[in-house]
Amino acid sequence: MRVALFATCVNDAVLPRAAIATVRLLERLGVEVDFPEQQSCCGQPQFNTGYRLLTEPLVLRMARVFETYPYVVTPSGSCAAMVRDNYPRIGAKARAEDRGEELAEAAASLAPRVVELTEFLVDVLGVTDVGAHFPHRVTYHPSCHGLRVLGLGTRPLALLRAVKDLELLELPGAEECCGFGGTFAVKNPDVSAAMGADKVAAALSTGAQVLCGADNSCLLHLDGMVRRRHAPLRTVHLAEILAATETTPWRPGSPA
Amino acid sequence: MTSRDAILDRIRAALAAAPEPEPVVRDYRVAHVPVDDHAAVVDLLAGNLADYRAHVHRCTEPELPGLLARLLADHGSRSVAVPPGLPASWLAQADGVERVPDDAEAPLTAQRLDGVDSVVTGCRLAIAETGTLVLDAGPGQGRRVLTLVPDHHVCVVDTARQVVASLPQALPRLDPTRPLTWISGPSATSDIELDRVEGVHGPRTLDVVLLA
Amino acid sequence: MSSAYLGMPAFPQAAKAATQDARLRANLRRATHTIRDKRARAVGELDDWAALREAGRRIKDQTLRHLDVYLLQLEERVTSAGGTVHWAADAAEANRIVAELVRATGESEVVKVKSMATQEIGLNEALAEAGVTAYETDLAELIVQLGDDLPSHILVPAIHRNRGEIRDIFVERMARWGRPAPEGLTDRPADLAEAARLHLREKFLRAKVAVSGANFMIAETGTLVVVESEGNGRMCLTLPQTLISVVGIEKVLPTWQDLEVFLQFLPRSSTAERMNPYTTMWTGLGPGGAADGDGPRAFHLVLLDNGRTDTLADEIGRQVLRCIRCSACLNVCPVYERAGGHAYGSPYPGPIGAVLTPQLRGTGSEVDASLPFASSLCGACYEVCPVAIDIPEVLVHLREQVAAQPGHAAERAAMRAATWLFEHPAALAAAERTASATRALHPRTLPLGPAGAWTQARDLPRLPAEPFRTWWKRHRAEPPAAPQSTGTSQPPTTPQPPTTPESTP
Ligand code: SF4
Repeated sequence: MRVALFATCVNDAVLPRAAIATVRLLERLGVEVDFPEQQSCCGQPQFNTGYRLLTEPLVLRMARVFETYPYVVTPSGSCAAMVRDNYPRIGAKARAEDRGEELAEAAASLAPRVVELTEFLVDVLGVTDVGAHFPHRVTYHPSCHGLRVLGLGTRPLALLRAVKDLELLELPGAEECCGFGGTFAVKNPDVSAAMGADKVAAALSTGAQVLCGADNSCLLHLDGMVRRRHAPLRTVHLAEILAATETTPWRPGSPA
Repeated sequence: MTSRDAILDRIRAALAAAPEPEPVVRDYRVAHVPVDDHAAVVDLLAGNLADYRAHVHRCTEPELPGLLARLLADHGSRSVAVPPGLPASWLAQADGVERVPDDAEAPLTAQRLDGVDSVVTGCRLAIAETGTLVLDAGPGQGRRVLTLVPDHHVCVVDTARQVVASLPQALPRLDPTRPLTWISGPSATSDIELDRVEGVHGPRTLDVVLLA
Repeated sequence: MSSAYLGMPAFPQAAKAATQDARLRANLRRATHTIRDKRARAVGELDDWAALREAGRRIKDQTLRHLDVYLLQLEERVTSAGGTVHWAADAAEANRIVAELVRATGESEVVKVKSMATQEIGLNEALAEAGVTAYETDLAELIVQLGDDLPSHILVPAIHRNRGEIRDIFVERMARWGRPAPEGLTDRPADLAEAARLHLREKFLRAKVAVSGANFMIAETGTLVVVESEGNGRMCLTLPQTLISVVGIEKVLPTWQDLEVFLQFLPRSSTAERMNPYTTMWTGLGPGGAADGDGPRAFHLVLLDNGRTDTLADEIGRQVLRCIRCSACLNVCPVYERAGGHAYGSPYPGPIGAVLTPQLRGTGSEVDASLPFASSLCGACYEVCPVAIDIPEVLVHLREQVAAQPGHAAERAAMRAATWLFEHPAALAAAERTASATRALHPRTLPLGPAGAWTQARDLPRLPAEPFRTWWKRHRAEPPAAPQSTGTSQPPTTPQPPTTPESTP
């Protein structure tokens, strides 16, 4: 099986470890991974801040770049949700504004093929035990878009439970937003920080060493809060945990 | 142009291009319990009433006057408001309790009712799933004020004929032109820290008699 | 809207103060978390919740699509049952109508049942100007009124107050408005409720005029429905001689049967009860007219537009008119929980306020323009909304309107630059490489602008040694590692003919 990786702009530029881990994990599972280099960003920041028209070229680009792949796998719930939930809206609005069918068609063609990493593993590949090894205490924060828009449900937890030597600790108030919310974090910094602080406190209360998530934008925000308060906690993307094995263990600072 | 016409015009203009929405589909349940098991439905009513702090009592027709007398005595009531059409036998054993009848010729004022300890009524029907009594100001129930101002309400439900399982079963049996009061437990509030406490303006004690 | 809200600061400024108020944070957290869990249990009792929700959504959409027809039907039924229907295009007109109706009775005081519509139009202030005192009778409204405060929650307007604060308000203020608080009043909720009972009873017994709203109006029958808990609603709807109900035009439902849907999910969504203690339904003056001695002898219904028809004209925004004001969305909202209700600058706080207020009032003022951004778009509100209002969708839609207003030039330029960069992956790659190469020079905090807002509470991310693209190029050049056979099931490895995506250079 050959799939395209949609790395997402945040992972590409700021947190490449999750994308690298995704490649290693999928290749280990026998999936042929391609990274079409003309990809960039799904347009979520523009769209969610109110700049729909500036999102449109990116919708067309995404559809063009990933045109030939049966699956476009992305290690980001919010970017998958952007394509699946909002691209059709962008298409419908353009149509309602009499600006043609191009965007609606692009959305209709791409949206069903974009899958979040845990969906791809569990639903398409049919695996929950990916042969990973991660001897640490972990708690999992299900980011909102994965939880509520995509309905990832228990997939991430099932994958984590199958990881050898991983101790999974339940995060109190797990379903509560961490307060990132894209430009919300800078437009409403005080509320965002209050939410982030509560999330970090909840994670610390579990005694976990690792706060795991499947959406690096949320982890970016939480990691910034963790480091600001020098808390004994690391934020690690789920893909990195699943990519770790006994022979190639996860190491802080290592590429993957 | 009147505001009426202006508002109607604005509504029509706003909807000029709006598509017809999907039709209403009522595929929710008619009831959440087996409706043919009447005893279970009555038990559910009793449980839900009690859950919201109504005091539930069961009795047969011959036992009713004795039970009502006891409930009034237990509450320390010295007077009871009597709606028109309440069977005279119901209060036959309430010795020493002043009957304060309401009738069309001499309706009781709210001020007068404020000095009455209790009221005894029937009801139009009761809804098991929600623990609700519905009064429609019919015979044996009286004007709405009667069950509002006295601090103690005793409501008698004829379980054979007046208990339904659910809202979808209740609404078709009610006459919307009548003033309806739905009562689910004594008055309560969630206004202090979003936690429920019983007892504000309506009757603080609600006794429900399930008549077999 | 009410003058009480004039000149409110933008949401982020108002919220900042709230996030620093430890007592407020504790009050809100306690209350919203209590009700959150209870709501989930109450909803969980109904295994057909999804079907009820879908039916509710469609009933409301059908109603809104033919709103003119249903309003005319309602008017006809209410009138033929002895009521009088008035139409108010805006707040000023509604206030004028009510003030004149009260004046015509010769009374100088009214008792009020909690009503969002009358708060929205600032009726109490308008009546005060006309020399009429309005007494709020809902416990939480009473707390707000006595405390000279503003409501902060739809259902529990005094949610920002804890029991101790409520006790203090009662002890200090009740005497000014009527019967003083009992000697030695404690902060036990039951004692506080008793104090309210005693304080208000004399007002109920002497009131000649009441003002209410309504939760539902049934077009088919002309019936109005008020859902409440305490019995103050029954008092106001039953005892006075004149009843004036001010109701938004979107509160109409087509049929009597529709109540079987809405009365199942309103109480469960709002107070987490199977059914609220009291519901009153009345049709005009009832079958006996004014003569039967049951309830008011005159009934006036004031139908309120006040921005609703503008909302109705917006294809995406009109779904907000489905709202039944249950406040479930407030109780699950993490932003509301931390910012408090006052930051929303209107009687409609929380997620529903963030989508309703900018539609009713427009986005001209600072606070109104900031409301669509007062959300992390987490979607918890949409999940619990019994009429399935996609609040995040409406928020983003309204953000688009705000972003098109003047004053967003810098943000638009930044967004445009981002789109340009994302449209030119070669330039993007170069920018990423430069950023990574100079990462040692980047500070952990920045003083100004969006980055300054970010680093108020968080460190900036450390940039990687190289972007993913650079790693990928090297990885591509490596010989492929043999796939490891692991796990509980064999992944399908169907070979596929190699395709060259046109985008690969
Ligand atoms: S938007 Fe939905 S959840 Fe919020 S108050 Fe309205 S009906 Fe309730």
